[in-house]
Formats: sequence, structure tokens, C-alpha cells
Amino acid sequence: MQLYRGAADAVPIVLGYLPIGFAFGALGVATGLSILQAVAMSAFVFAGSAQFIALSMFGTGAAPAAVVTGTFFINLRHLLMSTALSRKVMATSRPLLGLLAFGITDETFAVAAGRRGQHHPLYMLGLEGTAYLAWVASTAAGAATGARFTAGWGLEFALPAMFIALLVAQMVEWRRAVVAVLAALMSLLGQGLIPGNWDVLLVASLAAAVGVVLERGQRDVA
Amino acid sequence: MSPEAFWVTLLGMALVTYLPRALGLVGLSGRALPQTVERWLGYIPAAVLAALLAPALSGEGEADRLLAALPTFLVAVLSRNMALTVVVGILSMTVVKALAG
Repeated sequence: MQLYRGAADAVPIVLGYLPIGFAFGALGVATGLSILQAVAMSAFVFAGSAQFIALSMFGTGAAPAAVVTGTFFINLRHLLMSTALSRKVMATSRPLLGLLAFGITDETFAVAAGRRGQHHPLYMLGLEGTAYLAWVASTAAGAATGARFTAGWGLEFALPAMFIALLVAQMVEWRRAVVAVLAALMSLLGQGLIPGNWDVLLVASLAAAVGVVLERGQRDVA
Repeated sequence: MSPEAFWVTLLGMALVTYLPRALGLVGLSGRALPQTVERWLGYIPAAVLAALLAPALSGEGEADRLLAALPTFLVAVLSRNMALTVVVGILSMTVVKALAG
């Protein structure tokens, strides 16, 4: 039941991952990877933006160490999500937590953190497993056919729309709104300044800290 | 890139991606954290969502995304329903693209 609930919550993620996974598979093969290599990257790394940046680095003949270092900084933002999720996932065995940790992406985090209450490990498994299968399968389809997923439908907006829904659901008190507006503004400012997208880590940490400071101020007044 | 170099790179990428993912969830689950840190973590979802969303909607050549975002936000606020919001978002984007193209 929990597994099924998690899988159902992953449907918007699947819609969003299909076109991106297709594009990654197709671009990977076009860059010179074999089908197996492209699929292996989705299966073992499971982090879209870092995978695309790695492809462009392969294209320019970057050294392995450079690609790995770049990947580290791009994906460092998951540390923040992983820490926040440690409050949201019911305590369970370490091996299972280790497995669930592998499935943390921007999107699975957004759904798990955006939903109220504590999550059963099986819910997380259903959510992440479904997203993972969609990512790997669409990469394979894109790599095998070389085709982009271009049905003319606005599927590429599935993920932003999901983020909008989850963000709006977070707005249960004014301080959260202040934090969100701050984070949005800072991320726009930081866009040009900080390469890759690990500014998410910095911006979100700072904006959340402002939320804590606002709470303090209010308690002092009261 | 030779196949050997590729697989070594892939292994490295997998490792450095997994470590930050595991550190918080495996290392901190079931442990109490200071009150201030707990409060700070309570703001992280809203902050992360906003920090991911803002650049995605406002980049160069993203005018169609900003347009599609308007009805999507409206439906999100009125319905508070994720599935409905995603469907409206996809349809809005489809319409915007059709009108633009």
C-alpha cells in the first residue's frame, strides 16, 4: 500500500523524466558513448544535470578527474536534501536507508519533503524506484533510437509544474513565503556568478537561516 | 575517451554523487538535532523548491515557461492539488508552444 502510494506520487516525475531521459540517451550516443555506457550512466549516477554536463565535458576532451570534480560540486546540493529527509523518513535499517539515499534527486526530494508527515520507507521506495525506472528506461529508449521525445506536448513543463504545486503547498505560514521569495531572488542573482547549479545549496541554506532568525525576532517581541 | 577512462570516470561520478546523498539520510536518521537546526531544516523544502524553480522559469528564451507558469500557479493556489496542477501545467505549455510556433 505504502509502496503503491509512493509510486502514484511519482507519476508527475515520470512525465517529466521521460523527455529528459530520452534526450540524454540520444545525446549520449551522439557524443560517442555506446548504448550500454549511456544507460550505465543513468543507472549508476541518476542525476540529470550532472550527466548532461559530463557529456559536454566528454565532448571537449576533459580529463576524468575534471569530470568527477565537476560532478561532485553540481551534486553537493543533495547533502542538504538528504539532511532534511533524515527528519522525514521513519527510522529503519541502515542498508535500506543507504538504498533510499541513492534515490534522492531534486524531484524525489521535492515530493517527499513537500508531503506532510513522516514517510514510511516503503513509500520512499515506491516513489524513488518509479522515478529511477523511468529515468533508466527513457535513457535506454533514447540511446537505442537516437530519437528525442518530441510529441509537441508540453511535457517538459511537468517538473516545473510539480515544483509549483509543492512550493504552494509549503506556504502554510508567512515566514515560509519570505524564505521562498528570498531564495528565488538569490538564486536568480547567483545564476551568473556561481557555475553549475550548486548555488542551490548556498542559497537555500541562507534563505532557511533567515526563516529561523525571523522566528527568533517574533518570540522576543512576544 | 577510451572505454577504460570512461568507466573510471563513471565510477568516480557515481561515488561523489552518492556520498552527499547518503551522508545526511544514513548518518542523521533517528538522531535528535539541536532545536535551531530542526527549525532551519523545516524551511529547507520551501527554500530549495524556490531556488530550483526561479532560474527554471526565468532563464533566457524561457518566456514560454513564464507564460505557462501563470495559470499553473493560479490552479496550484486555488486547488492545492498536485495532479491537477501538473496536468494544467502541461496543457498550458502545450497551448503556449502551439500559439508561439
